[in-house]
Amino acid sequence: MNLVLLLDKIKAQDRSFVGGKGFALAVMAKRGMNVPQAVCIPTEAYDRYVKLTGLRNRIMMEVYRKRFEEMRWEEIWDTALRVRNAFLKTPIPYDLQQEILPPIDSLFSGKPVSVRSSAPGEDSSKTSFAGLHESFVNIIGVEAILEHIRLVWASLWSDRALLYRRELGLDIEKSAMAVVIQEMINGERSGVVFGKSPVEESQAVIEAVYGLNQGLVDGTVHPDRWILNRKTGRILSHSPALRENALRPSDKGVKLETLTTDLKDLPPLTKEEISEAFQLAIEAESAFGGPQDVEWTYKGNTLYALQARPITTPPDSKHDQRPWYLSLHRNFDNLKQLRRMIEEEHIPAMEEEAAKWASLDLNELTDEKLADEIEIRAHHYDDWLEVYRQDCIPFAHGMRLFGQVYNDVMKPNDPFEFTKILIGTGMVSIQRNRALEDLAKRIRKDSQLAKCLRSKEIQNCDPEFLKEFDSLYDQFGGLGWGKARLFQDPRQFLDLLLAMAFQEKEAFKSEETKGLEKDFLSRFEDDQRNFAIELIDLARSSYRLRDDDNIYLGKIEGQMVASLDEGKRRLNDRLKRDMRHLDKNEVINALRKPNFIPRKRPYSAKGPEKKDPKLRARQIVGQPAGPGIAFGKARMILKPEELFRFKSGEILVCDAVDPAMTLVVPLAAGVVERRGGMLIHGAIIAREYGLPCVTGVTDAARWIHTGDSITVDGYLGIVIVGEATLESSDHMNGKSQP
Amino acid sequence: MGKVLKDLKTVKKDLKNLLESQPLAVLATQNNGNPYANLVAFAFSDDLKSLFFATTRATRKYANLTADHRVAMLVDNRSNQATDFRQAKAVTVSGRAEEIDKKREKKFLDIYLTRHPQLKEFVTAPSCAFLRISVDTYYLVTRFQNVIEIHLTTS
Repeated sequence: MNLVLLLDKIKAQDRSFVGGKGFALAVMAKRGMNVPQAVCIPTEAYDRYVKLTGLRNRIMMEVYRKRFEEMRWEEIWDTALRVRNAFLKTPIPYDLQQEILPPIDSLFSGKPVSVRSSAPGEDSSKTSFAGLHESFVNIIGVEAILEHIRLVWASLWSDRALLYRRELGLDIEKSAMAVVIQEMINGERSGVVFGKSPVEESQAVIEAVYGLNQGLVDGTVHPDRWILNRKTGRILSHSPALRENALRPSDKGVKLETLTTDLKDLPPLTKEEISEAFQLAIEAESAFGGPQDVEWTYKGNTLYALQARPITTPPDSKHDQRPWYLSLHRNFDNLKQLRRMIEEEHIPAMEEEAAKWASLDLNELTDEKLADEIEIRAHHYDDWLEVYRQDCIPFAHGMRLFGQVYNDVMKPNDPFEFTKILIGTGMVSIQRNRALEDLAKRIRKDSQLAKCLRSKEIQNCDPEFLKEFDSLYDQFGGLGWGKARLFQDPRQFLDLLLAMAFQEKEAFKSEETKGLEKDFLSRFEDDQRNFAIELIDLARSSYRLRDDDNIYLGKIEGQMVASLDEGKRRLNDRLKRDMRHLDKNEVINALRKPNFIPRKRPYSAKGPEKKDPKLRARQIVGQPAGPGIAFGKARMILKPEELFRFKSGEILVCDAVDPAMTLVVPLAAGVVERRGGMLIHGAIIAREYGLPCVTGVTDAARWIHTGDSITVDGYLGIVIVGEATLESSDHMNGKSQP
Repeated sequence: MGKVLKDLKTVKKDLKNLLESQPLAVLATQNNGNPYANLVAFAFSDDLKSLFFATTRATRKYANLTADHRVAMLVDNRSNQATDFRQAKAVTVSGRAEEIDKKREKKFLDIYLTRHPQLKEFVTAPSCAFLRISVDTYYLVTRFQNVIEIHLTTS
């Protein structure tokens, strides 16, 4: 098969090779609609590329590393980044290049083009992949075109695409991608016409912006919107946008420009043009036999159809997670807004709320008032959880965006090299740990003090030390963790401090990262350089907040739990029995009605799963999240009280590293987490301390038990249970063979 | 406790399916520190505690087994394609081999011959030894690097 197909050479039977977008363009071109000159690179080119280079097998190794259903989206993002990096580092083999390049060169030599994804299956309205795969505009020169073809191919394995296919139960193995290379039309006004409104069947919708369509599609530029009668084309309403910017071509790619004052006041389309754009939808509908979304652009007075696809049916189920997955990807401007909101609004508000609650003496409230207080706090806590989900989690995309740009520019061997630039951003938990270590250092140097602190009469110890200890204890004491408060007793906290003072290993390894940052920035010029600096700053904030926001949420939770604990204490006094099992509503009820007797139920805390002597794990695959090898005894932490049994040199095994747990991380030799990902709290904290870390160990609680000897292989992302042989191996230390 | 027991049951079922699917296995023996591996036709008992194979007494493996009865056996369902890295399963068996009396332990021989009827003449020949491996542990490998151990001798 020819690997570069002109639109007029594409026949009906080629549909599954050229993908939805390519096929739709061919249909429109044949009908004489005004579409820019374009060629299609069929899926066969993709197939040959991944086969010749061995990428197909590498992708499958990555994607099937764990059972796909067991992967969280953080892990899927990591997987997608590794796959994308593999595409970036794998050039198209020479022979294949020779088949693709000459026709492209002769058609588009020196002209700017768009390189667009055209996935087979994309043209079915049920499995619409709109906006799922990547497209690139304003690409000039054959080298750049070739590179962007690879990036479009890679987007078949983006996290979004993988999640979509999982939700829809599509077969990953048969996936292939076609590419459309289209002459770039530098349109002054662009938009989309929806032949049938997704919300009202009798209507059509036109959205229009100044500049390129990409601004509208990725949400950077807000469009003017017209609602039309689908039958007659009559304009029913117009909602003007607050017109500020336009996305326009720049030297490299595109850039956002501010509109001139006169354009700000002028809708992008005239009445006649609205009707002309509407005609596009009618024409497309008759060509394809069903209503279509058509992307278009005006250059001067000439209207071009850029692409058409069937109307997407809106997800019909509340359980459809796809819209939320999509919302996790934010563009740069959106991320900047999120950052401002989190840093300047959410966090100060959370702090204020927690401080206000902390200053209230719960002892003094009547039962009735305490019940009100519990209700209010629980309600606010739920609100904050929602804020966390809506704003804080999506902001984590800030570091991901940086990671992608870093990899595009640097093409590093390690796809996670960018995290080295993010380390040391002054996270709250790390600052607190440093304060803790300062105290530990004082104990280490002062044997009298150490002796005194180990005794039962702490009050006689150095008063200056005690003062600082108290203030730090107050900071930590307020933390909540899983419906309980972290510290019940300062003694526990003190013992932890003593363990820290006398541990042998040096906490904090810092790596030289300035060089990496300088290298990265040197690849950018002028305007682009400012973007790069801003991006690093944004990514650092995103990285830092990924941990900090949890701490602030933890403070709110701690105060919520404090009020609940006070309620339980009173009920305990009143009814003389264990009240730990009560839920919030029972406590509130019992406080309000003196006659209410809560049901009896045994208190059961989540404990580790039983160990089976007959069935054991030897080696468990997770995700590599912090490089290095650690060997030690496992300490499974599922409850706050278990935290204080942590001993120096043990391996922290947990469900997820809760901010409260950060406390013992300096004592740990390594970290194992059930939740997966390179950029989750646990992994971030482990890297700050240079600890080997494996995340995404499904069933960790089932296979690993406190006291087990385990080896954490943070290079390969595996945990080995049982006596280690790796530690003593000379190969690990780079020595020669015995 | 219920959950763990059920899991053991599931794992044993998986294991049995794998053994069932493969007529041949790789047997590893050693003598004086010289390792040796070869293919054998094998069978297994329903409780998974025993595996059976046969060899003529003039073989190197028989000599090795006489010197040291500790063995390992590998059974896997690989297809020798890249998909093996996620689809293939392999189990390594460790245990001790002993020759058994073909006439007295007829039920074991029956298990073997039901599986390999074409080997009847071979096994029943006086020069052929029939052996049983008492299994200590199965090491089951899935998805390239996931390894679990099933201990039969632990109470």
